[in-house]
Amino acid sequence: MPIHEEHLIRPENLKTHEDLVIDGIDVSGHWSTFIESRVVTDYNEALEEEIAALPGGEFIHRCWQCGSCTNSCTVNAINPDFNPRYWIYLIRVGMESELLRDKDIIWQCVSCNKCTYACPRDVVPEGVMKATAHWLELKGHTPKSPSMLFDEEFSEQVIETGKIEEGRIIRGFFKRTGQPLMQDWLVEMAKRLVAKLPVTLLVKMGLASVLRPRTSGWSGARDAIQEYVDEKQAEQRKALRLDELVEIAKQEVKPGQQAAAE
Amino acid sequence: MSSEKKPYQKVAYYPGCALEGTGHAYNRSTKEVGKALGLELDEVNNWNCCGAMEVKNIDPKIQTYLSSRVMSIAANEMGHDVVMAPCNGCYHNLKKAEYDLKNDADSRQVVDRISSKAGHKTYEAGQVETIHALDWIKDGIGEEALRARIKNSLKGLKVANYYGCMYTRPRHIFPEKDQGEGSESTSQPHFMDDLLAAAGAENVDFPLKTACCGGAHTLSDSDTSTLLVLNILRAAEAAGADVIATECPTCHSGLEMHQVRAESKFGYTSNVKITYFTQLLGMALGLSAKKVGMHENISDSMALLKQKGIA
Ligand code: SF4
Ligand code: SF4
Ligand code: SF4
Ligand code: SF4
Repeated sequence: MPIHEEHLIRPENLKTHEDLVIDGIDVSGHWSTFIESRVVTDYNEALEEEIAALPGGEFIHRCWQCGSCTNSCTVNAINPDFNPRYWIYLIRVGMESELLRDKDIIWQCVSCNKCTYACPRDVVPEGVMKATAHWLELKGHTPKSPSMLFDEEFSEQVIETGKIEEGRIIRGFFKRTGQPLMQDWLVEMAKRLVAKLPVTLLVKMGLASVLRPRTSGWSGARDAIQEYVDEKQAEQRKALRLDELVEIAKQEVKPGQQAAAE
Repeated sequence: MSSEKKPYQKVAYYPGCALEGTGHAYNRSTKEVGKALGLELDEVNNWNCCGAMEVKNIDPKIQTYLSSRVMSIAANEMGHDVVMAPCNGCYHNLKKAEYDLKNDADSRQVVDRISSKAGHKTYEAGQVETIHALDWIKDGIGEEALRARIKNSLKGLKVANYYGCMYTRPRHIFPEKDQGEGSESTSQPHFMDDLLAAAGAENVDFPLKTACCGGAHTLSDSDTSTLLVLNILRAAEAAGADVIATECPTCHSGLEMHQVRAESKFGYTSNVKITYFTQLLGMALGLSAKKVGMHENISDSMALLKQKGIA
């Protein structure tokens, strides 16, 4: 199987010179490419623990960097920068700033589980991707991704009524993401459907989005689920020390302190 | 290893939300095929959504609970020991819940806690066997018996069988697969191929049987989904397929939606048609195109089916 990963040296750290003489020796030509050394000092040693505290990230410590996840990855095949193995490495060594360079694409994991299938160490890389995307949002490094907004819309409806109705999900999602509902391709699809469907079915589908489908006697389950979700979220905030961070941020913006520090 | 095979003549039926919406044609063709084959479906009372691919991202154990409630009703209220789910998402989630409840004490504890507050019996691992619509027909009827009932052979129809991701991955939640002869394979699934071949279809060699269509991001990252679907459509066409057979409402509507989107966004048109395998089987069993909901598909296969002498 070919290795699809790109090399790990950043282009901006490659120095090339037309004519280069070092200690009296001419090293021009193909010797003239040098790699600038990098020193990383800002490790976040708690990073692996923080990711492991979020659902899906539990088994990150097992990774032995074989690269099977990246090689089998659906998204990597269309975007070589999408590299689960590499991100797992960065998290385990605590290189937060390096991880943040890719913060805007990690959420794009499509949960196909090809990585989970290929992983020899049961890391569940799919889960790690979800945990990492979630971590980025909780820490405020990225806004909520469209995927997270979709998950929230969907889950709220399930928790509320026990069922979902697709039309309502689509409308709710477009509203949350501030997109117009009348996407041209959605309109095109609707046209093709309406052209062929019998009126009775259309009426039924229309009604389903007015009269919400529900599981009856659901309120007990709803309250129990909500209570559990709230507990879990409080635990996660604690594991990521989010409340501490908020306090620190508040302290930092107090004008009196700023003056005193000078 | 798994114990005696349970008979599938009468099973609990969990259609799931998608089959009441975009997957309506799958629901109806599944029921019609069951009727034609003498397989009885008993819909799970007052079921709830399994959480699809979304709720697990909020909390995976809630998703486990959602599936467990469905299985608890089937087992404890209705006395079933087999649940059939035609949607890959539902099927996958029930299987995953079964695995977690068997192997993880935390999951058991959370499910027990929510179940008792919700006021129903906690589902215990092992009470039911979850099967897909493919298992239901393949193991409930078998290819020989199916072949004997074919009235309207699919002869001359070239089919690419598309199984998607959730039917085979991750492997550990499907302990009955990859068990040698007669069992389903997670790398080269063939149950749908087998059934359609018995109905006379010519299956093409399709390399993307278990490729992902990007269903999880169909709306939140549409361009990625469209690219992934394009790969699938192109591979099917390159393999010479007239039609892609599906066995999941999400895969099916993903392919249909992004076939349209690829056309209107990227100007790529593809001619391959998309139908549920139950629609093709139903027609082979002599049911009308209308009965199996062919007109409810966005992808219009009528001209093709007429040309092949099937409709
Ligand atoms: S496949 Fe598993 S062990 Fe290998 S790099 Fe990926 S996560 Fe690590
Ligand atoms: S689940 Fe995500 S990370 Fe894993 S292979 Fe699929 S897209 Fe890649
Ligand atoms: S997979 Fe989809 S549609 Fe099917 S029940 Fe589960 S959530 Fe609802
Ligand atoms: S193929 Fe698409 S819809 Fe089907 S299971 Fe995979 S992502 Fe979901």
